[in-house]
Order: sequence, then structure tokens, then C-alpha cells
Amino acid sequence: MASGAVSGAGATGDAGLKAVARTKVRARNVSVFYGPKQALFDISLDMPEKTVTALIGPSGCGKSTFLRSINRMNDTIEGCRVEGEIDIDGEDINDRSIDPVLLRARVGMVFQKPNPFPKSIFDNVAYGARIHGLASTKKEMEAIVESSLERAGLWNEVKDRLNQPGTGLSGGQQQRLVIARAIAVNPEIILMDEPCSALDPIATAKIEELIDELRLNYCIVIVTHSMAQAARVSQQTAFFHMGKLVETGDTELIFTNPRDTRTQDYITGRFG
Amino acid sequence: MFEQIAHSRLAVGLLAVLAAGTFAAFFLGRRRALSIVSGKTRELHSRPSYHGYLVALTFLLPGLVVLAANAMIGDVLADRLALSRLPAEIAGLDPTEKAERINAALELARRPLSDPSRLEGEAIDASVQAYATLAAEIRGQVKLAAVGLASILSAIGLAVALTRIRREQRARNQVEGAIRGLLMLCSGVAIATTLGIVLSLIFETLRFFGEVSPAEFLFGLKWSAQTNIRPDQVGSSGAFGAVPLFYGSLLITFIAMIVAAPVGLFSAIYLSEYAGPRLRGSVKPILEVLAGVPTVVYGFFALLTVAPAVRAFGDWLNELILAVAPWIEGPVIDAQPTSALAAGLVMGVMIIPFVSSLSDDVINAAPQSLRDGAFALGATKSETVRHVILPAALPGVVAALLLAVSRAVGETMIVVMAAGQRAQITADPFQDVTTITVQIVDLLTGDTEFDSPKTLSAFALGFGLFLITLVFNLIAQRVVKAYREKYE
Repeated sequence: MASGAVSGAGATGDAGLKAVARTKVRARNVSVFYGPKQALFDISLDMPEKTVTALIGPSGCGKSTFLRSINRMNDTIEGCRVEGEIDIDGEDINDRSIDPVLLRARVGMVFQKPNPFPKSIFDNVAYGARIHGLASTKKEMEAIVESSLERAGLWNEVKDRLNQPGTGLSGGQQQRLVIARAIAVNPEIILMDEPCSALDPIATAKIEELIDELRLNYCIVIVTHSMAQAARVSQQTAFFHMGKLVETGDTELIFTNPRDTRTQDYITGRFG
Repeated sequence: MFEQIAHSRLAVGLLAVLAAGTFAAFFLGRRRALSIVSGKTRELHSRPSYHGYLVALTFLLPGLVVLAANAMIGDVLADRLALSRLPAEIAGLDPTEKAERINAALELARRPLSDPSRLEGEAIDASVQAYATLAAEIRGQVKLAAVGLASILSAIGLAVALTRIRREQRARNQVEGAIRGLLMLCSGVAIATTLGIVLSLIFETLRFFGEVSPAEFLFGLKWSAQTNIRPDQVGSSGAFGAVPLFYGSLLITFIAMIVAAPVGLFSAIYLSEYAGPRLRGSVKPILEVLAGVPTVVYGFFALLTVAPAVRAFGDWLNELILAVAPWIEGPVIDAQPTSALAAGLVMGVMIIPFVSSLSDDVINAAPQSLRDGAFALGATKSETVRHVILPAALPGVVAALLLAVSRAVGETMIVVMAAGQRAQITADPFQDVTTITVQIVDLLTGDTEFDSPKTLSAFALGFGLFLITLVFNLIAQRVVKAYREKYE
């Protein structure tokens, strides 16, 4: 029943998308296990380029787990096993020829709680670029840092104190700092795991604005608990429930005309 | 014999009476509280049991305090009283003999009257005998007075507490106040002990500096604490330059840290970042067992196994150098049977767990979000550890190292057995050196008189050692605190 519903929903969901963009990330029959416990069941989902895909669903439904399998962060969890296929530009990321370390440079990630390193603002942004050798001179590095901060909308607030510790910024600024840090390594995809859940409404609005701008260049996948946020920032929405993908499709359609009663119940606040 | 039994019987009996009285006081108090409100517990401010506890406490405490005071200072007080009634034939003697006789009498008084040894031995001076009897009597009187006072105070306490029971009396608050006081007293014991030790160190050190100038102690390069005991001895007058000792301590500590810092830190990194939880769970306790090995065991290990090996290695190195560079004359390395290197190496092994266990804790405490952040940027495991985790955990690691240093500086057994005795300043780790702790042991064991500079210098050394470890501990605490504030 599960796989039938999922593939059916996936197919119609894709067809329902307004702007037909090229698929960037393609997940097929992805199942994730934590030890003997299965957390995800046969997820198939296409995430297009230059599009924000929102993953919604009640706590523990597996949306973060799915997100973390896109950059193989699940590898760092002991006893975690991923089955099925995830392709980026048609390339299987779980293939033995792919080094997860390099994969993660292509797939940036922003976490729930801002996690700047105990380093200066400059070094926070420069860190990824430095370990991947993206800049050969100091000038190039400065350019990378400036443009990343610029694109994260933080440059004007921190340009005079790049040498101060990143941990000294406010929560919203820290979150934009780690977004700049992710951008600096030149990723193609940005994963966001509830990026605004620790922020106040003003900082949240800034991040949402930023996501909307970043969409022009990146494939973005965002996990959120806020229905309003999903509706505001995403073009495609996928509803997860108890480890299964219940429904996916154009955000507007999902929110105005959900096909599944569980989706309807969730987005209208009847459970979850 | 009989008196001793009577004595212990008296003590047991007293405690039994106190215990029984306390129980009785509790039930009396509770019953009275209940009867005041005719059984309607709600009308009391505190639950009836608390009234019981309060009465029990007011009964128990005064008696207990008096008895405890008697146990601690009763005999001293009695001896003071006896001194004021010193018989003329003793009081008239010259000071040395007077003190001798008084001590003999007091020693005698300590034995029970029926003890046959009291009448044995060489003829005990009649005056001593008489004084002993007097002292014993006074002690008995003081004891009796204490018991009497305790009974009276406890009885008064009981009566007052019972009459004070009222409907609105805040018995619970008072009982909890008493509990709080008791807890405070216990923590006070630790602080008072520390304070007492430090004060005695300071006073003895000051006495030492009355005889030897601080400048000589702090800057003198020669240590030879052998003063002549009799004037006709050809001994030197002693030299108290402590620099070689501090140098020896620091040299050995340095060698120990060269061993312990990398090994401890790397094993901590392995345990917290690389080892799985199962392995970590079994390896960490094993590593901590190292900390439980008695230092004397390390000591003979250092003396019997490591020191000879170090010496052999030194000799081999010496021959190697001479073979490579034949133009050098004479031995380059004069390896000694005991050496700074041997003691330092073993001490390093000993303090590995101090470094690793604490470092492991702070590295583990570095938030997982930092690791995730670094991994998500495409950092490898070692990059994550080097660039993100270690900088975040650095203050804690530094604190761990400082604690290990202060442990190493104060370590005694290993250096006593394997470092040697020679007070010298040398950079050659194959030489024997001596440390502060070794000299303290040396100065205070065997025949000592307690007011010579030789003995007093031990206190000055101890005080110096205390200051060093205190500073290290303080810095470590500060650093750890700053770290905690940042991440919790």
C-alpha cells in the first residue's frame, strides 16, 4: 500500500508543478534504518533545480532523516543504514566512487540551531573554502568571504568586525553566518533543517527573504514545522507521515487542495 | 582494668541514655503538639512530627555538644587545673627536670589506678606519684562535671522545648534550619582543615625564615640540609638554597608532561571521536585504572625496571656518540643508576589518565552541532577534530594539562625511589636530581629535632610546593569555568 501510494503521489505531484525545472536531486525508494528500526519507507521524490522544496510533517516523521541522506550525513550516525537510490544530476551519491567528504562540499547544509565555529566571522566563512582549496591567494579568499556574506545578507552588518568571534553574533545573524559558510564552498544544493525554529519572527523573516533570493541559484530543500513558512518560501511541498511520503506536489495545490485526508488534517492543524 | 571497663561502660551508658532520651523527646513533643490542637493536625503551622524533631533536637544537642567538648579538651583542661596545684617539691625544680616530672606524672595519670604497671618499674618518685594521683582525680572530676552539665542542659532544653510548643510555632523552619546548620558544619570541617594546614605551614615557614634568610632560600643554588647536631661535629652549617630542588621538580614534571600530554590527549581524541561507544565504554575505565595504581608500585617499577633501562640506553648513546665523533674526549653522557629521565618517564605514564580522562570529557562536551557543521561543509574527521573540536575544547584540555602538572609536581613516591638524591641543576636527564618532595621526605624521616632549620626547611619547601600547585589549580579552575560558561 505504501509504495503504491507514494509513487502515485510522486508522479502526479511532479506533473502538478507549474514551472517545470530540471530535476537536480532524484530519490528513488529510499529507506533508512537506525539499527533494526526503520525510519523511512520507500521514499521517491524529485527535487528540481532553482526550486525550494519544503518537507513538512509531524515530529518524528522522518523528514530530517530524509534530508540528511541527501548529503550522507547519516553516515556519521552509528548503526544508520540507507537503502534505495539518490541521484544528483544522475549520479548515484551512494556509489563507492563518491567520497562523502566531497559530496558534502556540493551539498551544503544549515542546521536547526545556528552552529558557528569558535572562530572569527571571517574564519567561519573561509573555513570550508580553505579546506577545499578554493582560494589560492589571500585576496581570493577575501573575495569569497565577502561575496558569501553579501549573498547571505550579512555583509553590511559584520564588515567592520570580521575578526570578532562568530559566536558573538545574534541568533539570526549566526544563522545567516552559517548560510554564508555553506555558500562559500560553492554548493549546488542547500539543505536546511528547520533553519528558523530557534529564531524570532524578525530574524525568521530575514532568513525567508534570503531563501527566496538563494532559490535563483540553488536547489534548496527545507524541513520546516511552520505551515506558513512552507507556504511562503517553497514551490514544492512534500508531506511526510510516520516515515512515509504521503503526498507531494506544487505548494499551492497542497495547501489549497490536498488529496490525502492526512495531509489535510495536518495542514489545517487537526493533528501533529 | 576494672576502671577502664567502667569508663567505656559509662560512655556507652551515656550515649544510650541520650539516644533513648532523644526518642522519648520526639514522641513527647509530637504528642504535646497534637494535644494542643486536640488532634486536628491542619491547625498546626508545622506537621506534628516536626514539633517532635524540634524537641528531640533541643534535648540532644546541648548534651552532645558538652560531651563532645569534654572528649576533645576535657583532659587538657584538667591538666591545666592540676598544674595550678603543683606540689612544691616539683615546682621548685629546674625547668628541664620539672617538665620531665610533670610529663611522667601525667603519663602515669593516664593509666587507671588499678593498673599494676603503675607500681612497677624503678622506684617512681613519690612526688610524681602524688602528683599523678592528683591529676587523675582532677580528670575524674572534670569528667563528672561535664556529664552533670550535659544532663542539666539537656533537661532544660527538653523542658523549654516542650513548653514552647504552640499552634503557630514554625517548627518545620527551625528543624530545617538545624539540618542546614549540620550540613554547613560538615563542609566547614573540610575548609577548616585546609585552613589549619595552610596556617601551620605558614607559621613554620616564618620560623624557618627567622633562621635562614628568604633570599638564600629562594635564590641560593646550593642545598645541603645537614646541620651539625652536636657542636663538636664537623658538619657544615647547612645550605638552604632551594633552587636545585625546584629545578629538579620542574625538570621531572617537564619530562613527565612530554610523555603524558601527547599520549593522554591523543587517547582522549581517539576515545571521544573515533572509538565506538562500546569500545569507549570498556577502554576508558581501563585507562582510569592507571590512576588507581598506588604510586609506590610505580615507584618500584621505576627503580627496578625503568631506571636500569634508562641507564643502559644512556651508556649506549654515549658509546654511539663517541664512535661517531671520536675526537670528543671523555664520556658525553654520564648515565646514573637513578635519573630524572627514569622518574619522569614513569611519572608521565602515571598521569596519562589525568590528562586523557578530563580531556575526553571536555572533548565530548563540545557540542555535536559543531561536528555536524564541519562535516556538512565537507571536512574530514581529522580536519573536524583539529580545526573545530580541539579549538572549542582547548580551555578544558589546558585545564586538564595544568591539573596533571600540579599532580606531577607534588608526586613523591616515584621520585623518592627513582630520581636520586643529588641536589644539582643539570640539563642532562640521565643525571640524578632531587626534588622538593624527596627532600621533604628526607628531612622529616629518621631522627629529627623539631626546631632545627633542617626540619623547619621542610615546611618552607612544603609551603612552596603548596603555592605552586595552588596556582596551577586556580588557573585550571578558571579556565574550565570560562569554558563551561561558553557552552552550557
